This record gives sequence, C-alpha cells and structure tokens, in this order.
Amino acid sequence: MTRLVVVGNGMAGMACVEHILTYQPDVAITVFGDETHTNYNRILLSSVLAGEKADDDIVLNPLDWYRRHGIRLCLGVRIVDVDPVRKTVTGDDASVTPYDTLLIATGSKAWFPPIQGLDKDGVFAFRTLDDTRELLRRSGPGVKAVVIGGGLLGLEAARGLQVQGCDVTVVHLMDRLMERQLDADGASYLHGTMEDLGIDVLLGRTTIAVLGDERAEGVALSDGTCLPADLVVVAAGIRPNVDLAVKAELTVNRGIVVNDHMETSDPDIFAVGECVEHRGVCYGLVAPLFEQAKVLAATMTGHRGPAYAGTVAASKLKIVGVDVFSAGDWSEQNAEPVRFEDRALGIYKKLTVRDGKLVGAILVGDTSDSHRYMDWLRTGADLTPQRRHLLFPPPVADAGHDVAEMAESTTVCGCVGVTKGAIIHAIHDRGVSTLSQLKECTRASTGCGSCTKLCQDLLRAVAPAFEEDAKRVICGCVPFDEQALREILRSQKLKSVQEVLEIYGNGTGCEICKPALSYMLDMLWCGDHDEDRSARFINDRVHANIQNDGTFSVIPRMRGGVTTPAELRRIADVAEKYAVRMVKVTGSQRIDLLGVKKEDLPHVWADLGMPSGQAYTKGVRMVKTCVGTEFCRFGTQDSTAAGIEMERRFEQLFTPHKVKMATVGCPRNCAEATVKDIGLVGQEGGWQVVVGGAAGKSVRKADLLTTVETTEAALEASALFFQYYREHANYLERTYDFVERIGIEKVRKDTVYATEAVRHGLLDRLRKSKARSTDAWQEGRTPRHRTQFLKLRPVDAHEVQA
Amino acid sequence: MTTGHWIKIGHPEDVPPREGRVVDVVGHEIAVFNLGGRFVALANRCPHRGGPLADGILTATAVVCPLHGWKVDLRQGCVERPAGEAACVETYPVRVDDDTIAVCLPARRTAAGGEAA
Repeated sequence: MTRLVVVGNGMAGMACVEHILTYQPDVAITVFGDETHTNYNRILLSSVLAGEKADDDIVLNPLDWYRRHGIRLCLGVRIVDVDPVRKTVTGDDASVTPYDTLLIATGSKAWFPPIQGLDKDGVFAFRTLDDTRELLRRSGPGVKAVVIGGGLLGLEAARGLQVQGCDVTVVHLMDRLMERQLDADGASYLHGTMEDLGIDVLLGRTTIAVLGDERAEGVALSDGTCLPADLVVVAAGIRPNVDLAVKAELTVNRGIVVNDHMETSDPDIFAVGECVEHRGVCYGLVAPLFEQAKVLAATMTGHRGPAYAGTVAASKLKIVGVDVFSAGDWSEQNAEPVRFEDRALGIYKKLTVRDGKLVGAILVGDTSDSHRYMDWLRTGADLTPQRRHLLFPPPVADAGHDVAEMAESTTVCGCVGVTKGAIIHAIHDRGVSTLSQLKECTRASTGCGSCTKLCQDLLRAVAPAFEEDAKRVICGCVPFDEQALREILRSQKLKSVQEVLEIYGNGTGCEICKPALSYMLDMLWCGDHDEDRSARFINDRVHANIQNDGTFSVIPRMRGGVTTPAELRRIADVAEKYAVRMVKVTGSQRIDLLGVKKEDLPHVWADLGMPSGQAYTKGVRMVKTCVGTEFCRFGTQDSTAAGIEMERRFEQLFTPHKVKMATVGCPRNCAEATVKDIGLVGQEGGWQVVVGGAAGKSVRKADLLTTVETTEAALEASALFFQYYREHANYLERTYDFVERIGIEKVRKDTVYATEAVRHGLLDRLRKSKARSTDAWQEGRTPRHRTQFLKLRPVDAHEVQA
Repeated sequence: MTTGHWIKIGHPEDVPPREGRVVDVVGHEIAVFNLGGRFVALANRCPHRGGPLADGILTATAVVCPLHGWKVDLRQGCVERPAGEAACVETYPVRVDDDTIAVCLPARRTAAGGEAA
C-alpha cells in the first residue's frame, strides 16, 4: 500500500488511520472531509450544545497532527464519484485523485422521515458541528423548539436546547423514550427527569408537517395538535452513507457489507464505521467503530489476522443528567428478569438472565457496575454461583477488587478506545501517576468522562505514587463524591449529619466528612436544618479561632474596615480587662485580640458589643475597602459604602471555604480587590466585578466576571457568583480553584448570563439563607449548651485527698 | 479491679453527644467524651504539641486534635496518626452511677514506683 485515500474525516476513519500509522508510518495518505473541521468527537456535540464544552474542547486530531504525519488533508471537499477500475476518486471540486487503496469512512446521515415542509428555514438535523453551532446561534430564552424523535440523539438535543433557555417539546412516535435502549420502566425514570427539567414529552405521536411560510413556525401532529416552533430538530434516526460504495459497485445492503476482516467485495477498497454492515448489523455507537478500526488497520497493512466478531450493543451515557447504561437483549421473553428500583433515588436496574447467563442489562441512575455486566455479557460467564449477588456484589474491603476483576483487554475508555492493559502500560513504562498525566499520555477519559472513576481506581491500584488530582470522594466514611452527596441530601430530604452518616455512611464519620456534611446541609436547606455542633470544628463550636496554646483569638466585625472612636475605646478596655496577650491589626483591616480563654469568650463579646467577624470559620470574612470618592482625589466610585453594603449582605453566611472580598474606588487597586475571592473595581461610570483571585497559598489574579454600571448591579453580580460558589464548589475548595476547575466562561454562563429563572433561583436561595442566619456571638448570652464555653467542675474533689 | 479514687465530675447531660469537655482534678487536666451514652476520659494534652483533645472532632474510635490533626485512640490513648508514632496519653476509667459521671484517678505512686496500699 503506497497511496491511501480516505474518504471521511470522522472518528472511525481517523481511528483507523492512527492504527495504520503505527504499522506503516511511511504511507502517503490523503484525507477528504466534507465538513470544514478537523476530526472531532461527534459524541460530545451534545456537550457543546449544552454549553459545557467549546468547539476546541472536542477536537480529536488538530491540524498539527495531520501535518506531523504528512497527511494531505482536503476539507470541505465531498467525494462524489469513484472509478474502481482506473482507481480514482472525483471530488465536487472536480479534482481527480488516484489511489492504490481506498478507505470509505463516510459515516451516516440523519434520516428525515416523510414530513411536509422539512425544507423550511429553522429545520435542523443534529449531526455535525455546523448544525450545533447554528442551533446554538438560534437558541435562547423564549425560543420554542420541537425535537422530533425521543431516542438518544433527540434527548441530547432537547437537553442542550433546554440549557440554552429554549422551551422544548419532544415528539416521539413510540410509547416510550429511547425504546431501543430502555424498557418501559427504565424509560419512565427518564421521562420523569425530563419533565422535572421542564421539557415536555409527547409520546405515541407522529409529526406530519412543519408549518410556516419560508421559516418554520410550528409543527402539526397526527392527532391534530399544532405546536408553535421556531426551531425544529429532526433526530429520527440515521442511515449509512453508501452512495459512493454503490458507485464503486461494492456489495451494499443497508450498509457496505464487510466480512470479519473488514474486507469489502473489492480487494482495494475498504470501509469502516457507521457506513458498514457487519454480520447484518450497522452500528451507530462509538465502541464498535474503534474495534473495527483496529482490525481493519491490521488487514490493510498486510497483518491480516485479527477478526472482528461484532460488538455487544451497549451504550453508556448521561442523558439529561441521568446515567444510563443499556446492553444486550433486555427483553423479558424467554429470560428471567432480575430487578431493583428506588424511585426516590431515581435508580432502576434490570438484568435479564437466560440459562444461567446474562443476556441483557438496563441501568438508570447508577451505572457504576456496568463494566461487570459488560464482561459477563462478553464472556457468557455462568452466573449460577453468584446468583445472589447479581445486582449487589458482596461488599469487598479491597478497593482494587473491581479493577482486578477486569481483563487486561477490557476497554476502560470507550470514547478513545483505551484498554486496561494500555493504562497499566502507561503507568509502568511512562511513569504516569495522576489522572491528568493519564489523560495526557493515553487520552483515556478525555471523551465523555464516564470512565474517570475507573481510571482513578486503576491508578490507585497500580501506580506506586498515585496522587488524586482533586478530592472526589469526601472520605471513606461516606463514599460518595460531593455532587452525588448533595443530590442524595436534597432528594432524601436529610437534615442532620448523623442521619446522613447512619443511612449512607459508616454511622460515625470523621473530622473530614462531618464538617463537609455540616456545610452541605446548611447550604442546601438555607440554614433550616438540624445543626449538629459535634460535627463541626472547635472554631465553629465556640465562634473563635483556636491558637497554638489552646486559647482563642477574637476578631469583631468592622465592616469595610471602618470603625469609630467609641468602638476603639471598647476594644482597648476589653484588651486590658481580659489581659489579652496581643492586640493586632490584621491583613483584613480589622483588629484581632489574641490569647482569650474559652470561658472568657462570652464576656469579651458582651463587653465589645460588636458582632462576630467570623474570622474563624469557612464563611464570609470581610470586605476590605479603600476610601474611594469620599476622600480620595483619584476615586471614581464610593468603594467604602459599596464595601460596607456588600459585607452586610453576605456576612454571617457559611461557604465551602473562606471568602474574602474587597472593593476599590479606582484601578489603582489600593485594597487589592483583584486578588480577592470577589472584588469590585471601580472605574469611571461603573464597576468591574472580578472573582477567583488569591494572595495566600496561591497567588492568582481574579477573572473578570462582568462589567456593570451601578453599585446595585455590581452587588447583584457578586451575589450570583457567591451563591453559585456556595452551591457548586467542593468543601474546602477556594474560589480560585473552583473558578479554574469550572472555567470562567461557564461560571459566567451559569451566573450573570444565566436565564432570569436561574438567576432568580440563586438570589432567592441566598436570600433565604441570609434570612435565617444570625450573629454567632449571640450565643454568648444564650449558649447552645450549658457547658459550651465552660469546664466541668469536680463535685467532690476532696475525696482525692483522703 | 481498678484501684484509685473515683471523682464525680458532673452529669451525663453536661457533655453533649459526640463532644468533649474538660475537667481539672488536682493536677490532672482530663478530657471527657460522650460517645452516645458511653463516656471515656483521656489526658487533655495531645502528645504532639499539647493541643486540647477535648476540643477535637470524634471518629468511631478516636479523637482528632484540633491543632494539627493528630489522631488519638479513645480506648488505649495511643496515637493512631501519624502512623508509627509510639506516644500515648493517659486514659482514665469512667463510670456513670445515679446520673453522675465519675472518673478514676490512679492511686498515688510511692517513691519506689509501686502502687500505694
């Protein structure tokens, strides 16, 4: 093979080319793609539509890759003809290119059912990056969208459009959603979630026409209903692109027919991916394409041997935020169903067993066991001995057990096609020890991300120096990641730490999970929960900061760093009366009294007559200010008043980690707002709101969240970010890590650019939390517990003298 | 049988569940913990830097010092974290009679180091 021409620049074709290059790096390759983009991950288009990923994030092979391998890349050229005798292909630009070997990887196209008016403006398929960009451009709050088709692709389109603010209706021909992957019960879970999200679902209905003149204005359904629609997305299925193969006179049924070595009926023409038909099956999922690509590369480069035996149809994905896994034959005909469901948790599991072997599986809401079922399906293992543990494996103390059960050849990452063996190889031979390194080195877990946990388990089990990139599971006491925990607490309406630990944990908890759970409950229930002081750090039990000798420091609130002579006098008196060891001005423009005994705290607070500055807790610390227009000749905004108001609005609230803020009256930035968690930077005619800054363990310049004209608007933008951080950050994650993890673009989308309903929700929850918050130092007068600040007194100490 | 002096130090409700309180008894600063109806007592001094163990968060079987996170076993008083640290703190027997918590101080030692009669 000297000259290889590839028609189709998609995932299957390029996966095959990557394998061919490992066998034969010197082959001259020409690639034609009718799209104008380099190869990208088509599976992730739904994430692009949902705003979770940018175009660049889903690129699989950048231009540089083609260049490095000497590949001639022709984009925007559709190959319209092939001459199998003279061995040339012809493009729609009239170019004629000769080949020795031709690889057809033309994929599939959206199938448009017979509906009148599909040619109107506003009707889209959801198939390419261009489709997605156009949908993104046209979607937005108030836009009415109808998605025709309630299969996988249709639901992903619906979710993306809904996230963009559209009013979405899904019209589906069948009596349940995703009927190819889910049974009626499984589909009903998904249906419920869709409706909770505000997506309307109409089942058992056919669309007969798109209404409107030139532009789509609505759709008419078979039952006479008309729905208004600015956007119509057709996701009714796909058909293999076989036109070229027909012209090449290959054997074609539904797809291009290939044998187990991926050979077509012409020895010089090969085909791979969604356009082929193997043993009567056309695949529309990514895992089979990668398996085919490997086999074909061997065949094409003279290493004919490996055979493709078909793939157990399996899909594992996240639909509208719900994990879904479906594999094999899950119908209950001639099979015994084994099922579990928990409506409240949104978990549904069904396995079908025939003659002691697993033949199908459906998992909704929890797909963590999917690899086990996939292996059973592939190997046809006899399950009789483990019949009792099909759905719930016996608990194992050994965390490496799950990964130890997997064969080396088992695919861990289905998106990129990385096996367990390849990951172990990367760990041993290339010194990989973190998830980011693993991604860098093997690209595993760079696709949909559903294998991330498995990759981490493998790293943990195999890598000598495994380091977690980010703490995902809080701790062993409650083995869930924080996102899952928040969902559990919310859906199960759990309101006390002890309850959570008893139901979902080891019953006791530890110094790591208890404060984290305390925070989550406070945030989720806006302060309306059963606060358990025993679950909190000593600072939060006595509202002061413990020092290295067991005494405490006391910092009263001094909003915006502004105080009065009377306050200063009281502070001085207290310092003398209680013989505090040091009086210190802090970096936060406040005054610290150091070395106060626990039992003196209530008296110190009473004498100060000032509220708690919360300098001891994971909560709102202070707003540092400059004097602004009040005094400064350069000031452009009244930063002092803005800062004091900001402090009033957020004070007393708890946060995942401490939150320090500042307001400055001009870009000279005297109060260092650009290195604070939230900062307001005054400028002529408005404010810049900046977030995620730091000048502590890390030093980071804050990112610009938004620019606004009024102080009120600046405070509102700050409030949106503040509450968003409270709701989405992991416990002990500072804003600067949070903003880097989430990405400032997404933060903006979810806060200042979010729909009114979303913004309103954030502000409303913040308001509720604020309304229930109190000045902690009130407990000096009315302690929560009689001995909260006191030592116990021996009743009859004299006995010891006896 | 425990020899020593039993000292009444308060009532069960003086120590909230899963929290600790301090009691000073003739030269012993003792941390008393309520493990949900059962009480244990240790010297209130972390072997690391003398941190107040009574202010620590409890796990199933240990208390975590609030200063630097050393973890001390509640039954034996031995340091669990950092691993390999051999230090222990003194433990005191505790009993609850007639709604009163009492801790037992060891009998005073003689010059020879044996227990006094």
